[in-house]
Amino acid sequence: MAEADPSSIPLEQRRPLSPHMQIYKWSPTMAASIAHRATGAALYAGTLLLAAYLLAAAGDAHSFNFASAIFGSFLGQLVLFGYTFALLLHLMGGLRHAIWDAGKGFDPESRDRLAIGSFAAAGVLTVLLWIVSFIIR
Amino acid sequence: MAQKSTLLTPRARVSFLGSAKSGTHHAWLMRLTSFALLPLTIAFILIVLSLPGRDFQSARILLGSPCPAILLLLFVSVGIYHMTLGMQVIIEDYIHGAHAKHLALMANTCFGLVLGAASVYAVLRLSFT
Repeated sequence: MAEADPSSIPLEQRRPLSPHMQIYKWSPTMAASIAHRATGAALYAGTLLLAAYLLAAAGDAHSFNFASAIFGSFLGQLVLFGYTFALLLHLMGGLRHAIWDAGKGFDPESRDRLAIGSFAAAGVLTVLLWIVSFIIR
Repeated sequence: MAQKSTLLTPRARVSFLGSAKSGTHHAWLMRLTSFALLPLTIAFILIVLSLPGRDFQSARILLGSPCPAILLLLFVSVGIYHMTLGMQVIIEDYIHGAHAKHLALMANTCFGLVLGAASVYAVLRLSFT
């Protein structure tokens, strides 16, 4: 059904709206929730890169070397570093939701610790994984 | 249908308004796929970690071996299903015009199917050629 354009209705007759996120004071759980959705959307685009890499590897040596050169370039490595962090932060967000789904971690201290901890764990794990990848290559 | 008592008007029913009798199904699928993706993502990271420095032949041998190939197939299929479900929620949250929303939802489903088919084809080709 067609939705009425709110701007055509006089201000005093409009239905109340929930407050816009710009007027909220930022909290760790709010940041973690927004980051969870943002990283989910980023991984949506990142999966395109995974499919492209798999197709290149399934092709011939030429396509594989082309993909390897792109992913091995400075910009490619930067994107992969961002993909690693997004993947791990989204994974930590999933663990946080699993804990909440179990009915635990809802008190103010725990939920802030979970939110801040998920950022910290994702950051530390990303750096560790990249150190390992440079050592073993 | 005509005998069934309902507060929903026929006009609303054909517009897909009202209860679809499947309110929790989407949330359940999200939870199920997210749990499956925890071990699959760890496996995916381990496979990717062993890729740098490999040439064409040795990368093919790794990606086409039974264990990495099966784990990759599961990761891409479950992962792409999970991300398509997730993007559906983002579209439903932010795109409100009926036509734009339905087009975006269709595009999302098509994107997931194309990406899934391409990834599965690639892994199978790595395994069997």
